[in-house]
Amino acid sequence: MKKNNKIDQLLNQLGAWLQGTGQDSDVVVSSRVRLARNLKGLPFYHWADDKRRKEVYEIVKEALLDIPELKNGIWVDISELPDVDKYFLLERHLVSRELVEKGHYKACIISEQEIVSIMVNEEDHIRLQVLQSGLSLLSAIDIARRIDNQLASRLNYAFSYDWGYLTACPTNTGTGLRASVMLHLPLLVFTKQIANVVNTIAKLSFTTRGFYGEGTEASGNFFQISNQVTLGRSEEEIVENLLKVVDQVISYERQAREKVYAQDRNTIEDQVYRSYGMLKYARIMNSKEAIELLSNLRLGRELGIIDIDIKRINELLLIIQPAHLQKMEGKKLTTRERDIKRADLIRERLGQEV
Amino acid sequence: MICDICGKREATVHLTEIINGKVTELHLCEECARKKGAQMEQHFGIADLLAGLADLSSGLEIKEETGLKCENCGMTYHDFKRVGKFGCSECYEAFRKNVPSLLKRIHGSAKYVGEAPRTQEYERVRDEVQELKRQLQQAIEREEYEKAAEIRDRIKEIEKARTKEKKDEKEQ
Repeated sequence: MKKNNKIDQLLNQLGAWLQGTGQDSDVVVSSRVRLARNLKGLPFYHWADDKRRKEVYEIVKEALLDIPELKNGIWVDISELPDVDKYFLLERHLVSRELVEKGHYKACIISEQEIVSIMVNEEDHIRLQVLQSGLSLLSAIDIARRIDNQLASRLNYAFSYDWGYLTACPTNTGTGLRASVMLHLPLLVFTKQIANVVNTIAKLSFTTRGFYGEGTEASGNFFQISNQVTLGRSEEEIVENLLKVVDQVISYERQAREKVYAQDRNTIEDQVYRSYGMLKYARIMNSKEAIELLSNLRLGRELGIIDIDIKRINELLLIIQPAHLQKMEGKKLTTRERDIKRADLIRERLGQEV
Repeated sequence: MICDICGKREATVHLTEIINGKVTELHLCEECARKKGAQMEQHFGIADLLAGLADLSSGLEIKEETGLKCENCGMTYHDFKRVGKFGCSECYEAFRKNVPSLLKRIHGSAKYVGEAPRTQEYERVRDEVQELKRQLQQAIEREEYEKAAEIRDRIKEIEKARTKEKKDEKEQ
């Protein structure tokens, strides 16, 4: 296994999408768009032998390294990485679960600020992702398009005038666009309205997932809403429809915050301060508990109860994950060791000396 | 098939929902589908999606050709049904008979709306047209009308070829 020092450098930075800036950042954590693209005629990863996979890898790599915007990006041969590095990138939302699964000739390129990440030999030949802080779908799609256009002029994309971009899975055919917004909805959870919201969203063919990506349950009151339909609507329509839904959810959450805080101030403040206390003093903490407490801390910050930099909370949500802890420690840790290290780290970052 | 909601009339609208990877199928008669559509529309506007589905399957069973095979990558339609993914971009063409109904079931539509990729050729032609338009402007300013007419015809020609290309691809 090759050591990739550039990956270690990421450990000391916080991606632009976690800066806590941007529109509606009291409720919206981040926005993401993803485009699925393929090369005409070459078999998709699941149907290709290693010779064809290598061919795709080489063609796409050449095109990607030729794009001026990605000049300072980090090229990562995923297949060559030790597991801890794979999961490290997964935890940072820079690669997908599918990409880190076993298999040769998988790679990705990550832009400097971790805004753009382009995966090679995922389910599709190319998966281009743009992450932004706050509600910034429109700027995310602009960036994605700009890079997509540069790629289109260098590659022979699989495209049909009838069905649009041709993808491995028919659920992505058309625009190949998946747009999603990550929301922090503690009061919709507290008031038990969240099930209703999630169900309604599902009926409109939007999906809800957790903070930690595909296949995970929503935890710590973080929810990711994304479109399902990729065909029959333009990119603009898809994004506009998602924004309509998201705007609605944001206003529900804000109403619930206002109402509950006005009616039951003590309960909310108690919950926030208890969480703060635990985070500052606990010696052993599992991820689930940490995420829940950090979510309460974030709520405290959003309601103006406590003064704490949002970046710090975001950073903690990121680095308390198993691969991050192990990279920081520089060795493999047992669950117990991780729980101790996690508590240490949180105390340290929240500035508590005790 | 009988409608899942009223349990009386024949179901002609088939709705597939994929939520967190779990597939739920809903079979409705036209009347109940319309009601459900209206109900949902109050919230956001899914009625057009349901309408699309109704168009597709009103009264007729979806017929699938199963003996198809993609000559480019070797995937058969049977393989595709088993794996749930196409083998390569050419499979779409090979399974052309079944693709529209499949896409309609998933997306509520089988028609791409949006732009074509900005390929090299696209950019080359676009640059050429821009350059010609600049020359045309110049010619007009210098009152060289004969030359201007020539350039104008050339631009027309290119743009005609471009729309024809699009059409050809569509018909293929």
